[in-house]
Formats: sequence, C-alpha cells, structure tokens
Amino acid sequence: MSILEVQGLTKSFGGVAAVRGVSFTVEPGEMLALIGPNGAGKSTCFNMLGGQLPPDSGQVLLQGQNITFLPPRHICRLGVGRTFQITQIFASMSVRENVQTALLSHHRQSWKLWRAADTHHITEAEALLYKVGLATQAARPSAELAYGDLKRLELAIALAGQPRLLLMDEPTAGVAPAERAGLMDLVANLAREGQMAVLFTEHDMEIVFSCADRILVMDHGSLIAEGNATSIRANPQVQAVYLGTAA
Amino acid sequence: MIASLIQLLTGMAEASSLFLVAAGLTVIFGVTRVVNFAHGSLFMLGAYIGWSILSRMPRDPEYFALGVILAGLATAAIGAALEMTLLRRIYRAPELLQLLATFGVVLMVQDATLHLWGPEDLTLPRGRWLRSAVVILGERFPLYDLILIALGPIVLAIIWMIFTRTRWGTLVRAATQDRDMVSALGVDQRRLFTSVFAMGSGLAGMAGALALPEASANLQMDLTAITDAFVVVVIGGLGSISGAYLAALLIGILQAVGIIWLPKSTLVLVFVVMAAVLIVRPNGLRGRKLTAARGEADTIASIKPASPSLKLAALATLAIAIAAPFVIGPFALSVLTEMAIAILFAASLHVMMGPGGMASFGHAAWFGIGAYAAALPVKLLTVSMPIALLIAPIAAGMVALAVGALVVRLNGVTLAMLTLAFAQIVWAVAFQWSDVTGGDNGILGVWPPSWAGPQAMYFLALSLCAGGALLLRKMLYAPWGFALRASRDSTQRAEAIGLDTQRLRLTAFTLAGSAAGLAGGLAAFTKGSVFPTTISIGHSVDALVMVLLGGVQTMAGPIIGAIVYTGLFDALLLATDLWRFVLGAAIVAIVLIVPQGIAGLAKR
Amino acid sequence: MQLTRRTLLAASATLAAPAIVRAQGSTPIRIGEVNSYTAAPAFTLPYRNGLMLAVEQVNAAGGVLGRKIELLIRDDAGKPADAVRLAGELVSDQKVDVLAGGFLSNVGLALSDFALQNKKLFVAGEPLTDALVWEKGHRYGYRLRPSTYMQAAMLVDDAAKLPAKRWATVAPNYEYGTSTVKWFKQLLLAKRPDVTFIADQLPTLGKIDAGATVAALEQAKPEAILNVTFGPDLTNFVRQGNTRGLFENRSVVSVLTGEPEYLDPLGEETPEGWYVTGYPVNAVKDAANLAFIAAYKARFNELPKMGSIVGASLIASIAAGITKSGSTDSEAMADGFAGASFATPFGQATWRAQDHQSTLGTYVGRTALKNGHGEMVDWRYVDGAAALPSDAMVKTLRPA
Repeated sequence: MSILEVQGLTKSFGGVAAVRGVSFTVEPGEMLALIGPNGAGKSTCFNMLGGQLPPDSGQVLLQGQNITFLPPRHICRLGVGRTFQITQIFASMSVRENVQTALLSHHRQSWKLWRAADTHHITEAEALLYKVGLATQAARPSAELAYGDLKRLELAIALAGQPRLLLMDEPTAGVAPAERAGLMDLVANLAREGQMAVLFTEHDMEIVFSCADRILVMDHGSLIAEGNATSIRANPQVQAVYLGTAA
Repeated sequence: MIASLIQLLTGMAEASSLFLVAAGLTVIFGVTRVVNFAHGSLFMLGAYIGWSILSRMPRDPEYFALGVILAGLATAAIGAALEMTLLRRIYRAPELLQLLATFGVVLMVQDATLHLWGPEDLTLPRGRWLRSAVVILGERFPLYDLILIALGPIVLAIIWMIFTRTRWGTLVRAATQDRDMVSALGVDQRRLFTSVFAMGSGLAGMAGALALPEASANLQMDLTAITDAFVVVVIGGLGSISGAYLAALLIGILQAVGIIWLPKSTLVLVFVVMAAVLIVRPNGLRGRKLTAARGEADTIASIKPASPSLKLAALATLAIAIAAPFVIGPFALSVLTEMAIAILFAASLHVMMGPGGMASFGHAAWFGIGAYAAALPVKLLTVSMPIALLIAPIAAGMVALAVGALVVRLNGVTLAMLTLAFAQIVWAVAFQWSDVTGGDNGILGVWPPSWAGPQAMYFLALSLCAGGALLLRKMLYAPWGFALRASRDSTQRAEAIGLDTQRLRLTAFTLAGSAAGLAGGLAAFTKGSVFPTTISIGHSVDALVMVLLGGVQTMAGPIIGAIVYTGLFDALLLATDLWRFVLGAAIVAIVLIVPQGIAGLAKR
Repeated sequence: MQLTRRTLLAASATLAAPAIVRAQGSTPIRIGEVNSYTAAPAFTLPYRNGLMLAVEQVNAAGGVLGRKIELLIRDDAGKPADAVRLAGELVSDQKVDVLAGGFLSNVGLALSDFALQNKKLFVAGEPLTDALVWEKGHRYGYRLRPSTYMQAAMLVDDAAKLPAKRWATVAPNYEYGTSTVKWFKQLLLAKRPDVTFIADQLPTLGKIDAGATVAALEQAKPEAILNVTFGPDLTNFVRQGNTRGLFENRSVVSVLTGEPEYLDPLGEETPEGWYVTGYPVNAVKDAANLAFIAAYKARFNELPKMGSIVGASLIASIAAGITKSGSTDSEAMADGFAGASFATPFGQATWRAQDHQSTLGTYVGRTALKNGHGEMVDWRYVDGAAALPSDAMVKTLRPA
C-alpha cells in the first residue's frame, strides 16, 4: 500500500485557486520531489498534507486512513514528520534539548512534571544528532547555530518522531550551495535505511535530479507531469513552464 | 424620545473625549509597538500645562484654541524628550520592557506634578461661550459638547490626511509594515520614531487641555485616562485610528444610555464591552493581525539552568530568610512575609509570561480570588486556616481554568487585555456585592488562629511561597515545562511534533492562577483582611513590574524582582515623601542599566 | 505653588525631627499616624498641616502629662493593606502609644480592625463611615469627624422644610456615598412620608461621566437633588449641571460641599443656594476659630481648610484623652478617652462613652457666589451631639 494517497486536493484563497485537483501517491522508502515555479501551489499543497491548512475539497489518506482534517499534532502522531520552509526550532533551548523535547513528545512523556527534561533520552538524542552531523554542537544554544545547521537540527527534531513519511518544504533553501548535496544525501540515506518515504519541494534542480526517485511537477495549482529525472528532463511541457523560465 | 437624543449626543461628546486621548496612544503603538503606560501622564501634563497657559489668557475662543495648541506642543516636546532619553534605548529589549520603563515615568510624573502645581484640583474659569448651551428639542445641551462631537471626527480626518497625504505619513506607515525596509530607504528611523512619539504625546496633551472646560486638572486623571485609552485602543484594534474612534463611540454611547438603566454599570461597562469584542474579534473592531515589528529573535533568549554561583546565592538567601526572624523586629518580619508572598505572586505570573508566553495585565484577579476564597469560608463558615489555604488555590485555579479555556487561544496584547478585563470584572463583583464581600470595606478580622503568631505565619508563608516557587521552577524544567516553552518558541513546530499547545497553555494558565490564589490566601491571613484593592489594576501592575524588573526568562527573575521591588517600596515609603519619584527613577535606571532584568545581571 | 513646596518641606522636616524632640526631657508620647498622603493630597496635606501645628502648640504649652508629643507620619498610598502594614511598623517597631489617621472609609476600618486585634488605641480623624463606631465599633476605636449619619442628619432638617417631593440622589459608588444616601433617605422619609426618591445615580469614584449623569438626572425630572460627590467628580458634575440647567428651579442638598477643599475649586461656577455642610473659614468670628486661623496663617502662610481643622482637633482630642486617662496604657486610654472634653477651632467637643464618636460638629449653610468665589452663607454650627441618634438606637447599632 502507498504510504500517502492524495486525491483531488483543491484550495482557493479569495476566489483564486492555489491548488486544483491534485492527486498523487507516495510509496514507502521513496524520495519524491514536488517541483514547480514560484506560486505553483507547492507550499499550499504541503500545508494541506501536514494539517496546517484545511483543503476546500479532496482528501489525504495515510496508509488508507483519512487524515484530511486532522490537526497537525494528530497527523504527527500517525507518523508524519515535517520541516518548514523557514526553519522552526525551539530557540530558547540547546541543540540537544530541542531533540529531547521532540523525543519526549514522541514517547508521550510531555506531561511529566518532576524529573528534569534534559535527563531524558540523552543517548537517543545524541544518536539523532550524530546522524544529522550535529554531534559536536549538542550543548550549544540552538539560537547560535548557522542556518545550515538549523536545517539539520530541524531534521533531527522531525526524525525523533520516527516518521514513516517526512515532509520537507524547501529543505535546502538558505543553505550554502556546497552544503546542499550533503544534506540531501543524508536525507536520502536515512530514507533508504529506515524505509521512510520523503516528500520534498525544492528549487535547486541539481538536487532534485540527483536525489529524487520520482518527481512531480506543479504549475498554476495543477500537476502537469510526473516521472523520473530523465523523463521530466525530457518533458516538453515541463521545459516550457518551468525549465524554460529557469534557464 | 427627547431624552434619548440628548443621551446619544452626550455619549458622542464623551466618545470624542475618549478618542482624543486614545488617538495618540494608538498612533504610538501602531508604529513603535511601545505600550506606553505614561500616556495618561502626558494627558495629565497637558491638562496642567493647559491650565497654566489658559488661566493667564483672555477667555475668548481664539485664545482657548491657541492655549490648547500650545499645551499640545509642550507635551509633544516632553514626549519627544522621553523617547530620545529613555525609550529609544530599549526598542530592542524584551517586549513589555517599555511598559516597565514608562511605569517608572508615571510614578515620577505623579510626584513632579504634585510639587509643581500643588495638591489642589485646578479648575479653569470658563468664558461665557464655554458655559453656554444650545437648545435641542427643548433641552439644553452644552455648546462645548457639540464642539467636542465635531472635534473627534475632525481630528480623525486630520490624522488620516497626515498619514496618507504626506511623505512623512507614508514613511510612518511603511515603518509600521516593515522597519528594515524603511531603514534600507535611507530614512533615519530614529527620527521617524521620535516624531511619531511627539505626535502621539501632543495629541494626549491637547486632549488634556481640551478636558479643562468640563473637568479639573487633578492628580488622579493620569491613571483614569490610561485605562480608558487602553481599552479604547484595544477594542478599536491596535494601531487603527478609525477603529479607536469607533470604539470610543461604542463606549461613549453605551455608557450614556446604560447609566439610565443601570447606574452602577459604569463600574465595569467598558471592560465588559472589551471582553465581548475581543472574544469575538481578537484583533479588535478594525485591527489587523500584528506583524512582528521587532526582530523576533531578540525576544527569545536561550534558557540555561541556574549557574552554580546563582544556586549558591539562592541557598544563602534562603539561609538568611530562615535565620532572619530570630534577629529582626516585628515590622521587618512583616516585610519579609510580604516579600515571600510577592515571590509566589510574581513566580506564578512568570510561569504564564515567561515559558508560557502569555503576558497578563490582570494577574491580581487570581490573587484576589484566592484571598476572598480563603477569607469568606473563614468568616461565613468558620473554616480553619489550613482548609481555607487549601480552598484558595483550588478556587483560583478553577476560575482560571474556565477563563483560560476562553482566552488561551489568543495572543499578545489581546490576551493580556482580556485578563485585565476579567480582573476588572472580578474587582467589580468584589466591590459591588457588599452583602457577601463587604464591598470596598472588605472582609476584616481574617486573622490566623492563635497558634500561628507572626513568626509562625512567616515560616508558613516562606515555606509555601518559596516552596511553591521552587516547585513551579521544577515543573518548568520537567518535560511539561519544556513542552510549554516549545509551544511558545514555535507553535508550529510544537504542533508538528505532536504537542497540544493549547492544552499546554491552558495548564500553565490554570497553574499560574492557582499559585497566585495560594499567595492571595496567605495574604488574607497575614494582613487579617481582604479588600477589592487586591484585585485592582495597580496590584496587577505590581506583579508585572516584579517579573520585568527581575527578568522574564528564568525563575530567578521574578524572585529577585519580588524581593527588590517589595524591599525598595517599603524602604522608600518610610524614608521619603518623594517615594514615588525615587521608586520611578530607580525602575527607569534598572531598565536602562540591565534591560534583561536584574537576574540577567546576576548571570553575567 | 511656593506655599505648597514649603509646606511639604516643613512636613519632611518634622518627619526627620524625632531625634531632636526626644532630646528634650522625658520620653515623648508617640502618636503614629497613617494616611493617604499621595493618593488624596488635596485633603490630606492641609490635614497634615493641622496635625503639625497642633503638635507644636501642645508641646509649646508643656506637652501632655509633662511629656512632649511626637508625631510619626506614614503614607498608605490609598491602599488599606499597606495601611495595616504601616500600622504594624508604627506599633511594633516605633512603639507608638496611639494610632491615628485614615481618610477613605475602608482604610479607616482596616486600621480599626488592626487596632482591635493588637489592643492598641486607634483614633480615626477623617473617615466618615458609621461602621467605625457602630457595627464594627470596639473598645479601642474612636472617631472624630461627624459621620455619614450625622452629615445626613444635619442636612435633613433643611431638606424636610423644602416643598420638594420628588428627590433624586447622586453619590460616589462606595461606602461613604451609599451610606450617606441610605441615611438621608431614611431620615427624610421619617420626617416627610410624602417624599419619593425617583432616581439614584452612582458614578464610580473619580470617574464620573458627568454629562451622562446630569442628563440622566434631568430626565428623571426631580424637584430636589441630594449630592454626595466631592473632589474632581463634584467639579465635573457642577459644570455639566450648570450648563445644562440641572440646578435651576431645583433645590440641592449637598454633603461636604461647603468645605473649602471642595468649594474653592468650583470658583465662579459655585452654584447658589445649595444646602451644604462645610466650613465658612473666614466668616466664623468665634475666638477659637480666629486664633486658629491666625496661628495657621503664621505657620503656613495660607488659610486653613476643613482638613486642617480635623488634623488640629485630632491632636487636641488625643491630648485631652491621654490627660484624662492619666497614662498611655492602651487599656487605660480605651476607658479614659470616653468623656474627655477637648477644645477645637469649632468649639468644645467630647468623646462620647456610648459609641466613641466625638461630638465635634460642622457648619451647615447655603452656598453663595461672591466676587467669583464660592462661600457659605446663612450658616450655623451644628453640634455633633445634636445630630446623633438616641442612645437606644446606638445600642442596637453597636453590638460590642
């Protein structure tokens, strides 16, 4: 069964259709890229999947379960992690505490009132930080991190929930070009080893073509193409609306 | 329906007066995001300066207009000076710090005004035209009220023109949307802010002078004006001038009509209206969702557990607190008891404001509910003190749970003003329901049982309050506290890792209310009485001042703040007639020297 | 302005003076005084002047029981809870012999309750609430000024003679206001069963919406009005009332309005012909009053106000009480004050034994406008004893 099945998702803002009738599936363990020019409706689509926005019509099924109007925290509990276009972390905490907070929530221990939070799940937190390459930064205040490292931290936070599906909105935006490939390779490896599916939007075409197993192309709120890197490269419609403008 | 037309016109005149005070406040807030507590003081200064000018001039209309404008200009100059010497230095400081700084200014201005103009109410002799009335449908209606009715919309139109038709206005509006962009355009943002502050202050001053034909210049008008102005600004929508006028109209007319049906309604009417409007429209009648005007990152500091030296200092303080009663006199003991209670009061607010991210302007409500909930069973049912002290936090917590369920979904100033509205409603109940609460005379004779002398009561207060504060601290460092802080740092992220941010906030709100309630219960027994003043705005401000003075980030802040503020207040009250001036100056100095609070200093 | 500043400096000097006073002879008698100096300066500062003048006079005349009087003054900022705490400081740290003070009713009651709890004598000067000596009266509590009952009783004679049958009232919404209205209604109805009260306005203290209040009263079309507002509220009320013609062809009975504190600010807008209680400062030619004015002027370079009278009389009443008790022991004073007679600028007054209320009276008269200033005319002094209910009634009102 597909991890995620999206059927006819539609959303308008004040009469302007941002997403119209988008349908696709995400398969276990795959890296699926959602691309398209600015304003194509990628972020709106993402926010409907994560529960941040309710769709006007259509539905989202997570392993067959309808999650369309569930709030984000329920969707998270069902095994969907996500990162945001503008990184969202807990700025008053240290790097490790960020991950510990996520782990506590995952283990449903967030309502405990006694033992200090930072004594929980230390090994697990450090293992996650090691995975994303932040092991040496664990004790630093997260607010001091460089932007690329913030993205890694956000990834670690999302991974703490052991997601079956990871939604990443522009995971490399704002990250230095040299670092981008490394970051996405990391995600791809994690996906493969953990059988976790990843759906991501991305502007950097090199990244998309090198990491994605499959690519979805959106324009003006609709899906216009779907396929692997080779077929998308060759698709004339995609070239016209997207690569054409990018070139 | 003649009477109702007169009432309507009277309400509209009142609306104009309200709008004139509120307009300056909303202009200042809209651009600088400064919650200017001293706006009422500027209004008062405008009235006093206006009196000094106008009482020396002929009583003709043209001189009156000139005098009002001169008073406005003088107040604008004072406002500009205030901005340049004080507020400019703390724009990047944690939010609400301006509130603390301007509170210090309020205290200083009160004493300064008393000493410059004397204690007596100053009334301006009215010229014939100011005393005259026009006959409307057979009833006399003051000409000056008609002028006021016209003046409201005129001032509204002028402000609107200034903001839309001048380059300065365009820049100011741009700065409201995006400060960095304005700086990028090469505009000196500091001068822009100073000019906006001057304009808002000038409006307050003119409003003060314009009040003179119908009211005296007196030393209480600052606090009356600031609450009214705040309510109008918030109902209208922060930063919205036209919203402020609508809100003033709503309140003015409701007040004028309500006074016939329910004369006592004036006690809380404005707050009930505010609560109703904000629950339906959290951003006010014409407000938009506020965009962060400062860099958000500035407001979130990283929290580290207490350093060894701070822990050592805390232990030393505790040791002194335990040893003190054996060496000090009875009054000093009562001051220490007061401090202990203040610590829990401030600590409970910190839970909401700091990690909870919910500022409250009405925290005294919980303290007061606790105090009454402890005192009433003792008086009516002769319940024993330990049981009363158990009832206090439970009652306050239950009410906080109910109110919190309604308000925790809201944010920022809206939430803070709703807590204020609720506190005012509780205050009105305590004040008006004399059969049960004793009204303004309060409940007397709530003395502890004979086994609990002052020393025993001190140790009880110390153990419950210091213990309570430490327990709250423990919880804030436990998973719950981290989850709460996570909800504050990033609601989106917190929800995305599965946290129920609303419920977390609600528990924090309830816990804070409950802890404040315990403090209130203790206060009832240590003072032997409970009065509506425990629920007053002034008492809520005390809590805010303590938290901000000490620092909002960690529990050390409210504890240090409570000790310093209570100690300073008591010492100054005994030491000098000018205690308000000195206390205000001390607060301003602390804000300027350690904007992150005294606890921040201790950590450096 | 100059005057005020000098007055305040003088006050500070006194606060700092105890050491000097103590140096002279035996230990002084300490009076601890708590009042709302910063919250209600218009009334309390002249009052403080009165206190200081009287202390100086008593000490110059050799003191009490051969000891000097020393005055310790505290500012409660208008908060009853702080007043109680400061009373604690005065009693336990400063070891004062007598507590005194209070302006607002609730502060007075709080201090009184504290005094009862600590078995310390408390002499209330200003607070008007009847509860102080009646329902919450106790062995250690005394009160100087004519209470709300007495103020109402003093005015009700004139009110009963008026032809008016339809009455409206306006009073600040707190103990003093509601209690005055309650007594006035009760006393007037006893004399004039044909009277009806058709409207009651209760504006929030210090926040009167005068236009709306006046319009609401006007709408009720009363024949006479009882006013209990004072201070800034009174000014606003009178101005709106004048302009809107509320007081024309209507009788007005007004509590405290004849006191210079409240009459002076009305200036040329003083409405004429109101029946008021107050103090016609210069017009009273009794020797006691003239002497007081002369001394007060010499000391502070301004005319005394009602507060000054209360302050001075408070010290005189305490001095007389201690002299009669022959000791500063609280129990001795609690008994000994009763029946003590003392001189005030208004004449001789006595501490009543039955309810610890003093018989200090006040002036009742009518307002008039002369040379742009409000004055009291046709006034008479009403002794407090004449305005108090029968002993039988007092007994039912005072449980203790």
